[in-house]
Amino acid sequence: MTIANLSVDTLSRLQGLAPDWPGGFWWHLLLFTVLIIAFVLIMVIVTIYIERRGIAFFAARVGPNRTGPFGIFQAFADGIKALLKESITPVSADKIAYWLAPAVVFAPVIMVFAVVPFSDGALLADLNIGILFVVAISSISTIGVFMAGWGSSNKYSLLGAMRMVASVISYEIPIILSVAGIVIIVGSLSLNDIVLAQQDIPFILLQPLGFLLLFIGGCAEINRSPFDLMEADSEIVAGFHIEYSGIKFAMFYLGEYGEAVVMSTIITVLFLGGWRGPVLPPWLWFVLKVAFMFFIMVWTRATLPRVRIDQLMAIAWKFLFPLALLNLIITAIQVLVWPDVLPWIVILINFAIAGILILIGSRFYKLGWGRIEV
Amino acid sequence: MQLRTEPFVLNIGPVHPSTHGVFRMRVTLDGEVVIDLEPVFGYLHRGVEKLAEERTYTGVVPLTDRLDYVASMSNNLGYVLAVEKLAGITVPERAEYLRIIMTELQRIANHLIAVGSFLNDCGAYFTPFLYMFRERERIVDLFDMVCGQRLLYNYMRPGGVSQDIPDEFMPALRKFLEQMPLFVEEYDRLLKENEILLARTKGVGILPAEMAINISASGPVLRASGVDWDLRKADPYSIYDRFSFDIPTGTNGDCYDRYRVRIEEMKQSLRIINQAVEQLPAGPIRSDVPHLIHPPVGEAYARVEAPKGELGFYLVSDNSIAPYRCHIRAPSLLNLTALREMMIGWKIQDLIVIFGSIDITMGEVDR
Repeated sequence: MTIANLSVDTLSRLQGLAPDWPGGFWWHLLLFTVLIIAFVLIMVIVTIYIERRGIAFFAARVGPNRTGPFGIFQAFADGIKALLKESITPVSADKIAYWLAPAVVFAPVIMVFAVVPFSDGALLADLNIGILFVVAISSISTIGVFMAGWGSSNKYSLLGAMRMVASVISYEIPIILSVAGIVIIVGSLSLNDIVLAQQDIPFILLQPLGFLLLFIGGCAEINRSPFDLMEADSEIVAGFHIEYSGIKFAMFYLGEYGEAVVMSTIITVLFLGGWRGPVLPPWLWFVLKVAFMFFIMVWTRATLPRVRIDQLMAIAWKFLFPLALLNLIITAIQVLVWPDVLPWIVILINFAIAGILILIGSRFYKLGWGRIEV
Repeated sequence: MQLRTEPFVLNIGPVHPSTHGVFRMRVTLDGEVVIDLEPVFGYLHRGVEKLAEERTYTGVVPLTDRLDYVASMSNNLGYVLAVEKLAGITVPERAEYLRIIMTELQRIANHLIAVGSFLNDCGAYFTPFLYMFRERERIVDLFDMVCGQRLLYNYMRPGGVSQDIPDEFMPALRKFLEQMPLFVEEYDRLLKENEILLARTKGVGILPAEMAINISASGPVLRASGVDWDLRKADPYSIYDRFSFDIPTGTNGDCYDRYRVRIEEMKQSLRIINQAVEQLPAGPIRSDVPHLIHPPVGEAYARVEAPKGELGFYLVSDNSIAPYRCHIRAPSLLNLTALREMMIGWKIQDLIVIFGSIDITMGEVDR
């Protein structure tokens, strides 16, 4: 963590010198590229640790505790093992797709962080379309997953990849609609502006429904349980990466947890006030919030059974989509009609609206279609 | 425009995490929907029935351990009952009670594995599975005290049991009986009313009562379909007529009912064990049986309510020291008969759930 700390501290001190990218400081680009790669890799290691120890904790086990103090070096041991393993390519594989897929899955994860603020103004590029960039780039991983599923020339991996594509296409819509509520309130797509706008209250209080929708949709988008159908270990064994071994498998593993970090980061930035927080330095608040969001994902994974593919679709289209649409409309009306109402009144109203809408929504939709006559 | 999809064949197993052993299903899929299914088994065939012909009557007991290896005690009981029927051996009171305690503990242990792996098949990532293994571990420890084995117990003998319980057994058993109801409650709190679990299991894989009877299904699979048939009540063997307990049944015969029936059966088994512990008499644990049993020429069929269903042993004697013929009626195999009918039309994910809800052990299917 020391390198990342140093970099963030340096940048926090330099934040007065506005990063006037692409002109201005050439080293800004370099430093942040290094920083982001380091941040992603370190956060992946942290999340893998949280996941393994967390799942073990929920399942009344101990978890990895032998490699280093409290097992914190387990991820390094696993990484070295993956590097030393033989990398097998199936004979009938589509070689190009098969070899490219791990990189296509992992690269977008790092790219997303280009617009994420680690502190006030401490970000690689303050794009004015920040959140759009995040949503667009993070769905590129799907192509990599489908390349892997198709290129492996394995029926299990193809099933997993088809499920992935179907679910990501469906869940993009509620995700974007729930993010749009925030954009309406802030009036800007830039992630930096969104964090700055959360000076008084984090948006989770103003947009409780949006938060829930983004969390559920995000879990589905990044294959977290209960929506992990693409790699359902009890059904299609490992889904799209069933044929991968060695370092290529490790890349998928990195990509998978990287995506979880991305989703936690988006939720943190949009709803939990990003790097904002008292006492502790901003970057630490940021990391803690990301880790906390990830911990909630671990919690759901350890507890909930998996939904079926038609139920997954039903949740997206029949439940999340109408709610997200209503949430967007209500937010727009609120911003238009009461721009200056006391925030706590809006908070109360919004929590009430969220509760009522979820109750009504759960009454009016049915999970899946059940048996199909053949 | 009419979309046409090409059906394709997918092999599930013999090496697959959810086939509970080396079972193989050759599934024809239309997209995700199962349109045809052909079960393939025999990967674990060891010829137990033939091997039994080469062993003495007592020497067959370890073979029965290896049939349904998560419920060895019940297999032991079924076999020794058949031998006792064949040779006319009487069993001392204390041994009868010990047998009941062990088989009912075994039923709890088996249902813990069955429900745990079923929930794991539903996708609850190992949490309920490991919770249930935690309690199974305590049952296994109890068995370890009694016979020094943790999986293949080889505990019962024609005419009794191999050894008496040690001193530390009863306190440990009482403690377990005290705590187990709380653990069962914990499982229910975790997932009983879970929306996703209900959506995945309610109405899925329905086995109608009529079909269940026609395929001679037994055990929790039959009772979940609403048929009140349990050999412990319907045809009491050993001393089951001395205990009061209920037969939990389901109504729909779906996966959820099978899961609930197993949980309820655990509670009933605890009731039986409690009564047996209260009534446990002192005395010998094995009647005077010769080392080599020579049953008179004839045949005998004994059946017990094993955790998975009706387990029957059919023995033919030619007055020698080994059975002339041994046939085993394995509940796991017969409960699989309706596999195709239960699974056609469901999706590949339901297939895993339905298969998990039947609860089979390959050691018993293939023998």
